[in-house]
Amino acid sequence: MIQRLLIGLSLLGGVFAASVHAQEAVAHFGAQGATRSITLRTTTDIAVLAPTMRDFLANRPDLSLRYEQWGSNDLYALTELDCKTGRPGADIVISSGVHQMVKLVNDGCAVSWVSPETQALPDRLRWRDQVWGISREPAVIVYNRNLVPPEDVPDSRFDLLDLLRPEGSRYGGRVATYDIAASGLGFLFAFMDSQEASTFGALMEAFARSGAVATCCSAEIIGGVATGDYLIAYNVLGSYAMQAARSDQRLGIVAPADYTLVLSRAAILPGTEANHDAGDLLDFILSESGQRSMAKVHLASAPSAPLPGADREEDDSRWRLIELGPTLLVAMDQMKTAGFLARWRAAIGE
Amino acid sequence: MREAGAASSRPLSLTARLVVGLSALLLIGGLILSLAAFAYGRAAARDAFDRLLVGAANDIAASISIVDGVPVVDLPLSAFELLGLAQEDRIAYQVLGPQDTVLTGYDLLPLPPEGQGDVAFYDASFTGDPARYIRVTRRFAERQFSGAVQVIVGQTTHARTELALDITRNALAGLVVGGVAIMTFAVFVVRQALRPLNQLAASLALRDPRDLTPIDAAVPPEVDAMVQAINGFMGRLNGQFRTMKNLISDTAHQLRTPVAALRAQADLAAGEEDAGAQKAIVTRLHSGTVRLSRLLDQMLSRALVIHRGGAARREPIDLRDIALDVFDDADPRHVAPEAEVHLEIGEAPVMVLADGLSLTEAAKNLLGNALAHGTAPITIGADQSLLGARLWVRDVGAGPSPALLAQLGERFATGAAGRVRGSGLGLSIAQAVAEAFDGELQAESGPEGFCIAIVLPPEPEP
Repeated sequence: MIQRLLIGLSLLGGVFAASVHAQEAVAHFGAQGATRSITLRTTTDIAVLAPTMRDFLANRPDLSLRYEQWGSNDLYALTELDCKTGRPGADIVISSGVHQMVKLVNDGCAVSWVSPETQALPDRLRWRDQVWGISREPAVIVYNRNLVPPEDVPDSRFDLLDLLRPEGSRYGGRVATYDIAASGLGFLFAFMDSQEASTFGALMEAFARSGAVATCCSAEIIGGVATGDYLIAYNVLGSYAMQAARSDQRLGIVAPADYTLVLSRAAILPGTEANHDAGDLLDFILSESGQRSMAKVHLASAPSAPLPGADREEDDSRWRLIELGPTLLVAMDQMKTAGFLARWRAAIGE
Repeated sequence: MREAGAASSRPLSLTARLVVGLSALLLIGGLILSLAAFAYGRAAARDAFDRLLVGAANDIAASISIVDGVPVVDLPLSAFELLGLAQEDRIAYQVLGPQDTVLTGYDLLPLPPEGQGDVAFYDASFTGDPARYIRVTRRFAERQFSGAVQVIVGQTTHARTELALDITRNALAGLVVGGVAIMTFAVFVVRQALRPLNQLAASLALRDPRDLTPIDAAVPPEVDAMVQAINGFMGRLNGQFRTMKNLISDTAHQLRTPVAALRAQADLAAGEEDAGAQKAIVTRLHSGTVRLSRLLDQMLSRALVIHRGGAARREPIDLRDIALDVFDDADPRHVAPEAEVHLEIGEAPVMVLADGLSLTEAAKNLLGNALAHGTAPITIGADQSLLGARLWVRDVGAGPSPALLAQLGERFATGAAGRVRGSGLGLSIAQAVAEAFDGELQAESGPEGFCIAIVLPPEPEP
């Protein structure tokens, strides 16, 4: 199937061919004898959402679910291709690259779905009744408890800057962040940082000077911090970090005090006609039981919920929810993206 | 079926008419208003949201700078925040460099029609939905780059349509509230306005059935016309009623004596044994029944005349024809078959507006009177005098006494005391006919004899 896909892509001019890879993993949920089936494509690790999927299918014996896990850029390219060719692909797409989902909606690649559950979402997490924010995950700083002394733990971006400032700092070359060229989520966080505050310029400069490492994927970064390859990781998705920290005492987590970006994974129903089962899945995820199930894997901590190292009393303005709306289209602009990537590459030469 | 027919032929109540009329008015008005409101709303929405487009396009245009001889767009967030005010609308944008190369944004967007200025608005579609576009051209004249950069920004029209519909809905809501108020008020006003009619109906219902006097009620001028019509009708009814009463009492009065006389004669005949005397009584009985039948004729013709005078249609009549008819008619003659009767009519028509039958009856009576009481030879004629058109009968006698003449036409006047010859009745018929057609009965005694004439206003010949 992937071969066929690649052939199709190369025939179409192959703009995306280079970036479309096979899905990272596939899983099937539901009984063998199910008469209906839906396909979920998501950037979320299978293990993270598996309990939620099982809960969803528990009362639906005639429904099965094919779960495909993708990288965010690949998932976007594939969904866009599906839209352009009018070929049925996934029934529901959930991505951490929310700007990409907004772009798909703006391109008319998604269908509307209105239900009491979607209506209950705040306006900031819903656009055109075609894209919905299903989770709340902070972008955090992860550090190695054993190797970073308590006085060095950066409480904010300013602390991180101070840590990297001294010539020959022991953190030089030991700070990691997403490779924004490879990760849609990393790009989004960096882009939102650049819109949020002037700290970003200084941070890039400091990253450049100290030789920060840009690498791929949440799991890889968190693993690197745990093993001590990196001392600190910046802008890591809090859900994965908290999940890992539960079983690994070496990992410490900080939600930056100056501001913390909060990502709400975006779901869309691609295509031209809503699949009712996919809509049901969306409603289930947004429902109370779905959110409870998501909260177990730290996908649904409310923006104001206490995080490790965060003070509950603090001002709400610290939490910057990435709103789902047309402004995210700016993060998808070719020229803006190219310029931003050029600056990034110039700062963090690989 | 019959009931349905009856129901449909029954006129609508005034309130229902008003409601139907007002509803139609409001419906048509509402239709026109909603069209107008929608047109206005669409224009207003277009103006409002076009400003967003202008702002966003200008924002983007302002963000273009020339870097190393190439225009570079640093897409501003503010432009999209502005466009995001139309919350549910999708956004299309494109920046075109020289030779229409796409610098950034969507690959294929519609261009405005040729020959537009630096700022051009146009309607097109965006991936299947109707959209509104703007193209703003920014011109650079720098050392490194000289030329135009076009910024195209579009937006689907969901918010515009919503706003236009919203304005229309509000306008219609106002109309509905206003319409209900108008309707309620109108029904109330109609009820108020019709109250005098209801009062009138109530007072009519309470009336004694024999009370035909005019209604005297304080009513508005509009209703007054109807009250006048009712009063006029009641007046005519009253007149008819009185006529009938008179006719009955006359008949009873006039018939009582001759019938009593006939009965006495009959009694006498029954008791008489002598054949000669019995034959004389039978002869008297015969002449008595002849008189009675003549009296009945007269009374009937009088009733006919009085009835027709009020009701018959007036037609142009030549009085000469009436005189000729009466002259030719043998009926009156058998009062005095041996009497000499002449006809005297001229060449010119004598036209009046009247009912021919009534006039003929009147003329017959006048001739009958002359035959019965006057002195032959008798002349009947018609002519045009200074006073009007005349239909006259003349004999060479002296005429009735001035005292009798004075009571001319009164109902119970008869020739001499107790003599039942019906002459008074004949005159009264002639008089009634003359008056019914706006004329009068004139009598004069002169050297030529006694002449009695029905004088009517002349009708110009058609």
